[in-house]
Amino acid sequence: MSTLVIAEHDNSSMNVATLNSVAAAQALGGDIDILVVGADCQAAAEQAAQVDGIGKVMVADNAAYAHSLAENVAPMIAEIAAGYSHIMATATTTAKNIMPRVAALLDVQAISDISGVVSEDTFKRPIYAGNLIATVQSSDAIKVLTVRGTAFDAAPADGGSASIEAVGSAHDSAKSSFIGEEVAESDRPELTAADIVISGGRGMGNGENFDMLYNLADKFGAAVGASRAAVDAGFVPNDMQVGQTGKIVAPDLYVAVGISGAIQHLAGMKDSKVIVAINKDEEAPIFSVADYGLVADLFVALPELDAAV
Amino acid sequence: MKVLVAVKRVVDYNVKVRPKSDMTDVDLANVKMSINPFCEIAVEEAVRLKEKGVATEIVAVSVGPQQSQEQLRTALALGADRAILVNTDETLEPLAIAKCLKAVCESESPDIILMGKQAIDGDNNQTGQMLGALTGYGQATFASELTIEGGNATVIREVDGGLQTLALPLPAIVTADLRLNEPRYASLPNIMKAKKKQLDTTTPVDLGVDIANRVTLLGVELPAERAAGIKVEDIAQLVDKLKNEAKVIS
Repeated sequence: MSTLVIAEHDNSSMNVATLNSVAAAQALGGDIDILVVGADCQAAAEQAAQVDGIGKVMVADNAAYAHSLAENVAPMIAEIAAGYSHIMATATTTAKNIMPRVAALLDVQAISDISGVVSEDTFKRPIYAGNLIATVQSSDAIKVLTVRGTAFDAAPADGGSASIEAVGSAHDSAKSSFIGEEVAESDRPELTAADIVISGGRGMGNGENFDMLYNLADKFGAAVGASRAAVDAGFVPNDMQVGQTGKIVAPDLYVAVGISGAIQHLAGMKDSKVIVAINKDEEAPIFSVADYGLVADLFVALPELDAAV
Repeated sequence: MKVLVAVKRVVDYNVKVRPKSDMTDVDLANVKMSINPFCEIAVEEAVRLKEKGVATEIVAVSVGPQQSQEQLRTALALGADRAILVNTDETLEPLAIAKCLKAVCESESPDIILMGKQAIDGDNNQTGQMLGALTGYGQATFASELTIEGGNATVIREVDGGLQTLALPLPAIVTADLRLNEPRYASLPNIMKAKKKQLDTTTPVDLGVDIANRVTLLGVELPAERAAGIKVEDIAQLVDKLKNEAKVIS
């Protein structure tokens, strides 16, 4: 049994999300290699080689892979996949875009977003927005899996010294081309990587009031998130959305401010270690998952909290 | 330009699903079924393309049981011109559905295929990407804006870090994210008209597609419940608890 972990990276560095897949691969057992597909991505490959317990790192370095276009990257992964029993990647938007395409090229049924490893061919995964957990068994020779990052604690990023080898040929399909991107710039940590997340809901009233959360977040070194209701109301951009249709987070501390706690929001944060809810409606469903609930007007409570820390 | 839009019949998003008493599967007895919300967004986008004069024909397709006709009628009421049901009583996996859709693409030759980014039952988020691999077409998943001009689609995609823009030669596959549009409600006259629109039925066997499942569902369970927490009186008590009991801030 051998697992190929597909590295998540931006060419210049490896994204720590990769380490959650390495942890899932370790839970499975067997040999683990990492594949880095990118352009001028040697630095990311060198980081991958530092990960403890990796057999080897393979690098497919070509201009065609610069922006992780699925049409180019998927055949590259499929080319390498034949030698492995499992192909894994953490379920980021990049992996969700590419891995099903890899699976179909290999004529196998992918398994998305696994939250547990039962055995070599059996996995747990959330369905219906996390309201149920399914146990599924694959009969395919190669298992193509995406991994729910929050369900596996990251493997250590260093301690290893794997060899790095160049692999693969260029797949340039010309079926899509990269035009541009708008990356949200922020000095705060990334939502999915932060130890503390402070999120606001529709109760925040407008986008300006989110400044109160940003100020608080900067004191804690926290990331700021939002409920879908706050995003739909136009208070904040969609990349801040926490929930089934947004980002799945599991920080040490999650503070929900003015969030009622719709099922779809809970699905994105209920694996957080400690949950605090501040809401003026004492019947709000968010209190059913909160370790500490404060029934209060957020416009009174937030300045007090700001002053107290 | 011809648009193929795929729709799936799923449990209505307002229903709180429960496992069957023997925990073998989800209990779907007497549960309200609807068109998957992401598929509805895809249908709306197709209709807007037609209203803009970009699209000339919209064909809705669904792979599922006989009752999926209801969801196809919904798509027809929203503005699709005709519909195709690939009828099967088996619960198909994304790979098998993608193979059925590929066969439909071969007979219909659409210029663009619109679908939802995922269905809210299995949450797989795979079918569009798999159809891309099987047809060799380009894919733009998680779309929040679609523009078609001169045989190309320009798509803004929602990615973890923000937004990404791609250009794809047609035919191509675009999967809808939430912000692509806000679907309209079907008017009563349009619902009545939809009943008379053409709805053809075929089967995976007729299409020559192997639909054998590769993954077996062994069972379902409820997620671990969080233990009930406590209510704190004020901010001072909250900060004290976070510092000294939970030890998550210093």
